[in-house]
Amino acid sequence: MATQQTQALGRLLVSPAVGLLLLISIVPLAATVYFSFLNYNLLDPGSVEWAGFDNYTYFLTDPGFISALINTLIIVGAVLVITVVLGVMVALLMDQAVVGRNLVRLLVIAPFFVMPTVSALIWKNLLMHPVSGFFAWMAASLGLQPIDWFTDYPLMAIILIISWEWLPFAALILLTALQSLDEEQKEAAEMDGASALSTFIYITLPHLARPITVVILIETIFLLTVFAEIYVTTGGGERTNNLAFLIYSAALKDYDIGAASAGGLVAVVLANIVAMFLVRMVGKNLDA
Amino acid sequence: MARAVTPAHRITVTIAAWAVGIVIAFPIIWMVLTSFKTELEASSLPPKFVFFDWTVENYAIVQQRSDYLHHAMNSLIIAGGSVLLALIIAIPAAWAMAFAPTERTRGTLLWMLSTKMMPPVGVMVPIYLFFRDFGLLDTRIGLVGLLCLANLPIVVWMLFTYFKEIPKDILEAARMDGATIGKELIHVLTPMAVPGIASTLLLNFILAWNEAFWTLVLTSSNAAPLTAFIASYSSPEGLFWAKLSAASTMAIAPILVLGWFSQRQLVRGLTFGAVK
Repeated sequence: MATQQTQALGRLLVSPAVGLLLLISIVPLAATVYFSFLNYNLLDPGSVEWAGFDNYTYFLTDPGFISALINTLIIVGAVLVITVVLGVMVALLMDQAVVGRNLVRLLVIAPFFVMPTVSALIWKNLLMHPVSGFFAWMAASLGLQPIDWFTDYPLMAIILIISWEWLPFAALILLTALQSLDEEQKEAAEMDGASALSTFIYITLPHLARPITVVILIETIFLLTVFAEIYVTTGGGERTNNLAFLIYSAALKDYDIGAASAGGLVAVVLANIVAMFLVRMVGKNLDA
Repeated sequence: MARAVTPAHRITVTIAAWAVGIVIAFPIIWMVLTSFKTELEASSLPPKFVFFDWTVENYAIVQQRSDYLHHAMNSLIIAGGSVLLALIIAIPAAWAMAFAPTERTRGTLLWMLSTKMMPPVGVMVPIYLFFRDFGLLDTRIGLVGLLCLANLPIVVWMLFTYFKEIPKDILEAARMDGATIGKELIHVLTPMAVPGIASTLLLNFILAWNEAFWTLVLTSSNAAPLTAFIASYSSPEGLFWAKLSAASTMAIAPILVLGWFSQRQLVRGLTFGAVK
């Protein structure tokens, strides 16, 4: 047990970090709450007045909000399904006796380190361009009509780009988890005549349940606030706005500080619901 | 590892895994190839894979026209500065929480984690106005401070999980031998803590280098790091694929190399120790 002296020293050492985090998390949040009740436009800063809940009614009843909310949920849901399903498959494959496994792992993990603005622009131009993109060439070689991604399916294009960025994360975490799976357990199951499929369903999948949950929670937190990919490809708009981008546009394109703040708080509430689950899971781990 | 693997199985999974790996990395491979083409060849069909006139002129032009080095330096200063600053604040905190935990330590750690869950857009308006009013927009110092605070929770957490694994007996033995806290810190703890600190530094440097919300919102030219610099290629007149590819290759190359070294820390750091 630590002495009283070390405990005092401990508090002293922890306080700068705690103080700064308090400052950065509570002060701006309080300011956002305050601004959300003001009628405040940056183009007309002289006429700031109390607005009550007007900003909330304005933001929440705006048709743009509904579509942005739906787009946000579609992006989060679709990317989660794609990355988790493919991630499990890639991890299972990499867990086999692959020659040069470390090199393959480098290839698989690479997209995670590419900055979002680079991935989005490379995909949009080099791959998805309807005339000279690589996908257009592939489609044409197969005798198919090339897809004009950003004209016809902009949201799907963005989902594909983001899935590519996050697949390595899911695969790497699931692979790490798979490698800690007891080989003997699988062997015993196989000796007892279990098929590969039932070994997977009854042994591997339950073992992966926890890491999959972790992947889902962490990805959700980042996916709720996707920004750069929309910024450099479509620049927003009804069809691809998510909540984060809608709030950004309200603040720095329409200069409507009040509405942007109200929207910001909606985003905070959404993120907190997910965060609650994650913090609880990590907390359990801390006790173990 | 005792299970027998038939050669046929080995060949099949090897081919499948390499195919998957190449497909996943293909956009990056294609980008690097395109960066060595002329603009004409970059967008011509059918695409040429290896047999084209290799040229490095794009790299020269990108540097000349848009001052790549200036933005690379910004990235280095912003990412490096913010991580070093975060380490200075976090090392004492993580040390204390790992070695002199109180009944409040657990709650503090979880609270720190929860601050990281705050979506940036939730605090964008006040931060933007603060930056504007204090002349911090488009300055490196502003971003160093902000990204330091944004990454502080992860830095504390990672350090904490590493420090917690250092055996306490060694510290007690040192204390018995009459070592003061200062000596204990320098001679006993530091050598054992260095690998964990290095991993934390590496992962958070990568995260800060690739950060693409605050850097896009709060910079325009002077302090713009590579994320914002590349975003300037999204304007229609900027659609020169070979040059975009060259600029992108230069922007990701250093981080890709660092990233490959930090794979294991990545899992641990990003899952807050929930998966090891």
